[in-house]
Parts: sequence; structure tokens; C-alpha cells
Amino acid sequence: MMEIFAMGKYGAYVWSSFALMFMVMIACVVQARSRHRKMFRQIESRLKSQALSEKNGHRSEN
Amino acid sequence: MWKFLHKLASPPHFYALAAKMIPWFNISGLLLIAYGTVAGLFFAPADYQQGDAFRIIYAHVPAAYLSMMAYSIMAISAGIGLIWRMKLAHAVAAAAAPLGAWFTFLALATGSIWGRPMWGTWWEWGDPRLTSELIMLFLYFGYMSLRAAIDETSKADKASAVLILVGAVNVPIIHFSVEWWSSLHQGPTLIKEGGPAIETAMLYPLLAMILGFSLFFGALLLARVRTEVLHRERRSRWVRNLVLTESA
Repeated sequence: MMEIFAMGKYGAYVWSSFALMFMVMIACVVQARSRHRKMFRQIESRLKSQALSEKNGHRSEN
Repeated sequence: MWKFLHKLASPPHFYALAAKMIPWFNISGLLLIAYGTVAGLFFAPADYQQGDAFRIIYAHVPAAYLSMMAYSIMAISAGIGLIWRMKLAHAVAAAAAPLGAWFTFLALATGSIWGRPMWGTWWEWGDPRLTSELIMLFLYFGYMSLRAAIDETSKADKASAVLILVGAVNVPIIHFSVEWWSSLHQGPTLIKEGGPAIETAMLYPLLAMILGFSLFFGALLLARVRTEVLHRERRSRWVRNLVLTESA
């Protein structure tokens, strides 16, 4: 059973390649999500501060 | 048809439609990748020359393929953006760049790991395939830093589109490098005269990995284009309504 995981004498090369592959996949997903969330929050906070200043009688162009 | 395309290019419509499509791309892509990984690692027979080391092909080839596919998508989008002034096309180009850079890095890294036991070296300076792929990584970095350096989006779109179109000459160079010059790198396995030179038990997992990674890439690209659209449309009424309803 352990034999098929050994990959002959190339275990270190094969497994590190696949580990890297999954790490890059995860990094891509995490980066895409965090960027989207950040963008959403940026717009949200700008809209909120805008609404606040309009309430106080100032008009801001941003 | 035109009506459909016109609607697709409208930012709020694209933003909503992409959100619905992303899970389907992800699920089908990940299933294919799971099959390809298991079949490639455990069920495909070992190569008669390379032994089990050849299994790195299942990580390396999809990454290399996507590194060039991402660049082609960027070049086509940049061209459409310049000619027809379509903003969504520029958004697609900008969204594809970091993904292309990640997969180029993965192709270089897994290639290096594969090269060590097969060629006896991690890296060979001056090898045409290796060097042209490394140049592509620098093109991605150059594109991203150029965009980051220009504040005005429409100017950044134009300047970076020109850069990516000039650099597009590198894509056929990468593909044909192993035929034009002598290289350590092995010749093409799939796209060649007389069809793929590989046994079906080895071939099917590879095709599954390439298709699976393409779908996974599609999901990532759609997600990143959504972020781009949100940024570009940040002052529009529909984004305002969207953000206010979701944050309430």
C-alpha cells in the first residue's frame, strides 16, 4: 500500500509539485475573495460617510 | 444575439450573471481536477523512461497551458478594448493578469522540480523554453505594475493594453521554442502531427486536468472581473443601491 505513495525514487519531486499546485489554487481563491470583499467595504464606507455629511448639510463630491 | 451580447456587456447584468455562473464552473472544474489527480497519480502506468517522475506532467502541463491561455485572453481583450472601446474587455484583461502570473509561476516551479531528476538541473539559463516562459512572468509583472502606477483607469487601460499586445509575440515563441531551437525541454505531447503521443490511460487524466483547470480558471476570472466592474462602476446608481441593500 505504501508503495504507491512512494512514487519510486521520485516521491519528493512528485509530491512537492502537487502540494505547490494545490497551494497556488488556494492562494488564487483567497486572493480573489479578499480583493472583492475589500472593494465592497471601500465603497460601503465611502457611501456611509457621504450619507453622514449630507445629513449634516454638507455636500461632498467624492 | 446582438441584444443578448449587448445585455451581457452591461455591467449590472454581467455582475449578477457571473455570480450565478461561478459555482458551476468551480464544481465541474474541481471534480475534473479531483479525477485527474487521483487517476494521474495512482492509476496511470509509470513512464518507461521517466518512471513515476512523469506524473508531474499532471500539475505542470495544465499550469503551462493556462499561463499562455491567460495571456491570449488578455491580448484579445486588450485588442477589443482598444478597437471598440469596450470597458468590460479592459476589465477582463486586468482581471486575468494576476491569475496568469500565478499559473506561470506554477509552471516554472513544477518544471524546475521535474527538471532536477530528469535533466540534473533545476534551471538552465539560455534554454529557449525556460527563458521565454520566464519572460512571460515578467510581462505579467510589468503589466500589473504599469496599471498600478496610473491612477486614471481609462489611461491605465490603454497603456497596459499596448504593453500586452506588444508582448504577445512571446506566446508563439514559447509554443514553438522546443521545435525551433534545441532545448532541454521535451517536445510537444498533445498538439502535434499524428495526434497525441501518449497512452490513453495517461492521456485521459491529463485532458481532465487541462479541462478542469480551465473551468477553475474561468471561475476565478469571473470573480475577478466582478471586482473590477465594482471598482469601475463605484459611482454609479446600481452599485450604490447594491452596496446599500447588502450592507443594510
